[in-house]
Amino acid sequence: MSKKAFRPDVDAPEWKGGHSPYDIIKEGSIAIAVVLILTLILAVVFGSPDDPAITLKSWSTTAPVDFATTALSELNGTSGTATYGAPYNSQNSSASQQLGPLKLEYWIGVHIPINTAKVFVINPLKALPGQPALDKDLAVFQNASASAKTAWLNNYTKAAANMKFLNNQVVVNASDAGPVPLMINDLTQMARSGALDEALLTGDSFYTTDYTDSLLFISDGSYLGQVAQADHLTGSQWGMMNETGSWPGQAWLWLYTFWYQVSPMNSSSNGDVEVLAIMLLLTVGLTLMPFIPGLRSIPRKSKVYRIIWREHYQNQTKD
Amino acid sequence: MSTSEIDRQWTTRLRKRTFGKLPPEKMLPDTQPSYVSSWIYVFGVATISSLVVVIATGCVLAIFGPAWWHTSNVGHFVNSMHLWSVEIFFFSMVIHLWGKYFMAAWRGGRALTWITGMVLFLCSIVTALTGYVSQSNFDSQWISTQAKDAINGSGGGAFFNLLNGGQMLMWHIVLMPLILVLLVGVHVVLVRIKGVVPPIEENAGAVQ
Amino acid sequence: MSSFLIGALINLNHPDHYFQWHIFDISAANAIVIILMLATFIGALLLPFPGRRRRKENQ
Repeated sequence: MSKKAFRPDVDAPEWKGGHSPYDIIKEGSIAIAVVLILTLILAVVFGSPDDPAITLKSWSTTAPVDFATTALSELNGTSGTATYGAPYNSQNSSASQQLGPLKLEYWIGVHIPINTAKVFVINPLKALPGQPALDKDLAVFQNASASAKTAWLNNYTKAAANMKFLNNQVVVNASDAGPVPLMINDLTQMARSGALDEALLTGDSFYTTDYTDSLLFISDGSYLGQVAQADHLTGSQWGMMNETGSWPGQAWLWLYTFWYQVSPMNSSSNGDVEVLAIMLLLTVGLTLMPFIPGLRSIPRKSKVYRIIWREHYQNQTKD
Repeated sequence: MSTSEIDRQWTTRLRKRTFGKLPPEKMLPDTQPSYVSSWIYVFGVATISSLVVVIATGCVLAIFGPAWWHTSNVGHFVNSMHLWSVEIFFFSMVIHLWGKYFMAAWRGGRALTWITGMVLFLCSIVTALTGYVSQSNFDSQWISTQAKDAINGSGGGAFFNLLNGGQMLMWHIVLMPLILVLLVGVHVVLVRIKGVVPPIEENAGAVQ
Repeated sequence: MSSFLIGALINLNHPDHYFQWHIFDISAANAIVIILMLATFIGALLLPFPGRRRRKENQ
């Protein structure tokens, strides 16, 4: 009778040896009780974090210049969201992240279309009631030629490098900026009143569960990142595995966040998709470990199993 | 009706297949091979037990709705339990993974058990991510706006929008738990069918 | 009771301590969790498992 050669990293003969009593239900019940008690203790001793969400109101109140500068970037189309590419908009394919020749983001296309000037600035301003001057300026802006708009925005943007917030007003010494100064100032006032939070959320319907617009707007500014930086949460701070305050975070993401610290991912504009690809590859590797010669022998060669089954091997030598 | 006709019925065939492969004494065994004698074996059970506590505390949070824990002290405490049971869950699961790796637990036709375990680990990470972005606090804002770039980069952002709070909450409390519980079931049944992996055979020659 | 529930016995709501070395950067809390994991793993391998004697021999 010929048998295939025994492969110690693949095969395991059926156990013909002894058995000991084992109460699976008792074991499970004890385990649940132990975990429950441990959870209760940890919850009582350490609690859990809950830093309140940032609103457009709190952001524009704390950092009005950052808000107004961001609002301008939404209007002139230079913000992170405005230049993001797919899935939000697709000015050009180079805006999207790509993995070598694979432009997955770009190919799948725009599924959550966002025109930042319209959605973040013009539509909310239109919703403000009782503002004849603003209504007039909005009409002027919308009816203006593309070249006039560009000229106003460029003039304002140049001067906005020295933007100040004085006496509750956005102050930019821009000449020939058309309706832009009033629009930016009014949007800032609107944000500081809390009305912009409402407008971005309930612009389309009464019931809302989608925070895409507000979150993209907030994340285009510097304020959110500054708060995160102070909490040690940014990518270059291994932030993915950190938590606000001093609570432990997602420690299981240590390898994922590690790749963001090394070249070329730490400076690549495609870093996110590159790290994702590396982790997917490693995960597939670990998943298919049983089939990879060499790698599947590491456990046997490491001899750690001899510690786990030391009683068994002792009994074997006794027999 | 002839016996062969009954034998050909889908129901009969499913029953025979199921109970042939997994008789009750295998599903709920009262003995264990004697080599199963190490603390490392408790981490699989610990992982499932943590999942039970995670789901139970999640159910309490679900009863009162997603905003409850921000305003109620009891809600905040239940949230603390949810967080810490998740920490214990991942803690146990990673140790379980290390242990099974060093036992080369895929041997003897157990590769599918290993694979379902790895898929469970991945699904747990996705579940945790959807949970973190469903907290509706600063954490959620930061994590969702950061993590969206990786999802978008893969093309998945068009369908899986981390900034869509409603979508994420649905994934977190319906789809992912359903997948996890089903997969845990498959994982455990596979372990019961095949039994716990025997020690690595050192005298391979003797077995041939 | 309510303040007890929300306050927790040890307040972790303050900036954590971070260990930085080369490109590595880890919070004290995560470091403790990872060290505990390694310690638990090594403990699980080395500590004797109680009370499982061979009773029933299947020949």
